[in-house]
Amino acid sequence: MREGAAPPDAAFALIAKQRGAQRIMALSPAALKLGLTAGMMLADARAQEPDLAALEHRPEADRALLLRLVEACERYTPMVAPQGDDALVLDLTGCFDSLAMDERGVLDDLAHRLSRLGFHPLAACAGTPDAALALARFGKRSLRELPVAALGLGEDAHLALKRAGLRTIGQLADRPRAPLAARFGKAMSVALAHLLEEQDRRITPHRTLPPIWVEQRFAEPMATVKPLLGVIAWLAGQARDLLVARGRGGRRYEVSLFRTDGHVARLAVDSGLPLRDPADVVRLFRERIESLADPLDPGFGYDLLRLSVPLHEDLSEGQERLDEDKSGRPDLAPLLDRLQVRFGAECLHRFAPRDEHLPEYADRLVSAASRPEAWPQPEAGEPPLRPLFLFEPPQPVTVLAEVPDGPPRRFGWQGRQHRVVRQEGPERIAYPWWKTVEATGPTRDYYRIEDENGCRFWLFRHGLYGSEKADPRWYLHGVFA
Amino acid sequence: MFDSSRFKRAASLVQTSPEGWPDAPLQQDGVHEFYAAQGQDGSAALAPPVALALLCGVQARQPGEPLLWLRLAKGKQARQRPYAPGLAELGIDPAAIVLMRLPDLQSLLRAGVDCVRHGSAATVVLEVDGRAPAFDLTASRRLALAAEQSRTMVLIVRSGADPAPSAAHSRWQVASAPSVPLPADAPGGPVFDVTLLRQRGGREGLNLQLEWDREQGMFRAPLSRGRPALPAVRTGDAGRRSAA
Repeated sequence: MREGAAPPDAAFALIAKQRGAQRIMALSPAALKLGLTAGMMLADARAQEPDLAALEHRPEADRALLLRLVEACERYTPMVAPQGDDALVLDLTGCFDSLAMDERGVLDDLAHRLSRLGFHPLAACAGTPDAALALARFGKRSLRELPVAALGLGEDAHLALKRAGLRTIGQLADRPRAPLAARFGKAMSVALAHLLEEQDRRITPHRTLPPIWVEQRFAEPMATVKPLLGVIAWLAGQARDLLVARGRGGRRYEVSLFRTDGHVARLAVDSGLPLRDPADVVRLFRERIESLADPLDPGFGYDLLRLSVPLHEDLSEGQERLDEDKSGRPDLAPLLDRLQVRFGAECLHRFAPRDEHLPEYADRLVSAASRPEAWPQPEAGEPPLRPLFLFEPPQPVTVLAEVPDGPPRRFGWQGRQHRVVRQEGPERIAYPWWKTVEATGPTRDYYRIEDENGCRFWLFRHGLYGSEKADPRWYLHGVFA
Repeated sequence: MFDSSRFKRAASLVQTSPEGWPDAPLQQDGVHEFYAAQGQDGSAALAPPVALALLCGVQARQPGEPLLWLRLAKGKQARQRPYAPGLAELGIDPAAIVLMRLPDLQSLLRAGVDCVRHGSAATVVLEVDGRAPAFDLTASRRLALAAEQSRTMVLIVRSGADPAPSAAHSRWQVASAPSVPLPADAPGGPVFDVTLLRQRGGREGLNLQLEWDREQGMFRAPLSRGRPALPAVRTGDAGRRSAA
């Protein structure tokens, strides 16, 4: 079943254009009952059923739906992988205790939840992913009853096996393997071993397995977000025990909220320093929840909460006292974490020097979590040679100078005239032509200027008069204190 | 603690009555406002009050303590961006500053209170542009209470606004003043024209000019200093600097 405009009991087909013809990719259950099959041309199907509704087949939407199901199935185990276009594989090893269910229970629960979403799931449990997939696909009870097509070796091999009189996996399993491998290749013996639960195949989970996770299930779904922080605090306490045992602290915490209807909301917080104190974790999550533009919608309630620590770092016990430095002020890092969670990481900056020739590139803003870098000391005895504020972009000004390549006498900016009382310059800054061959630009002549009110400005002439430009323009690049 | 002796010294140097000058003009756990002086046409230079606030913040902090600077990411303020080499030239270590650029005034005030309340920074500088009705008596009272609790100095730079009632401990008006010229009539170091508009329990209306001395890390009166011996390189410095 797919999400779509048509009701589930209507006959419709999903079509795609293949080799110039509209071909049916999938059919609704009602359409299948009419005797249509996938792969037919739409024209042929319409000849049988003139009223057959046809909708465009969108594989990417199918894929997205499948991935949403992957998320919903992470309630059972974090090892969930999509298989092909229409199947999910769950690795339930070691999960039954925490689920308090057996195999049958998980299958029933899964079937119940999926059918509530409008799916008709086929589910099976087996020792290997291939065996479970084959049992579910072919609807058999035991592995020996499976047809040879379950091997998935391709039409030719299946036909050859059938011609040899081997119709089921059971018949195949009874034969000696060596001749089979000699006749059908190594892939055959590997596929058979996977299918007969003799050899396991690892699945790659859709989401990377977090190194540490703890979860809390609720008998009754939690229909409001109020108790959320309390549950997070309790989970963070458990996570702390795990982290302490490993001597680690979490740099990133993630909460997954599993809604009863299969929707999964995820909230993540990052911290600059590894932390594991539940109070700190809860404080970050409180900021995160308060800063959500789109508040959490509990719908019919959350029935599972999982706290995972995808990123952790060394944090030994002794380090916890380092935050008390001699000034008696608390550490800045928790504050930065909180501000970062609330206002976004793009709001917080530190200055970092950059070894560039053009003044506007001489500094850059880096994330506040980065380590502060050392700055060169200004030259003693000089007044400030660089402005406190820089205009981006430089503001064009009108300048009156005595001689075209001399210092300015007056300049006009934003409709005001400034008379130059003192000036120093030029400080000539060439365009960095040595960097790349094609880098060319006018040379800038910078002047430090003070007007009659004592305001200090940083002006430059863009281009050398005569040699570079006939009429160079002037710009205001910055203001001094 | 803020070194009040420096301010005192500066005050005595410009011959204002020392008894009228407050003991510690900027108390460490207080809120202080720096208004940009407005010209006749309503224009206000942002750089002098910001620079003075940052310099006071730097003076008040112990080595290793951070300084938080909050400003808006949009609007009039954002067209002038803080330039770290310029900060270094003033003697402010850019590495000690954490700059926050916030989307609106509401979040700026909220983040400001958070920063002050946390108390990990020695000084929090807030730039509030325009009349800013959201920055009312309640907001400034909140900041003042948080500052007292966490012993954090809060410096608020107001531009484009007339002085309004607030819970600030002191209120200053700051403008640039002509600098002490260097040889060849070059502009010298920063000089501020500072007026004490209001001081809680103190006298007001004091006016003085302060020159920032980067090497000594203190303010002094601009006109009474002895002319230092100037390095000979200054005469032909243009070529030297462009070669540097």
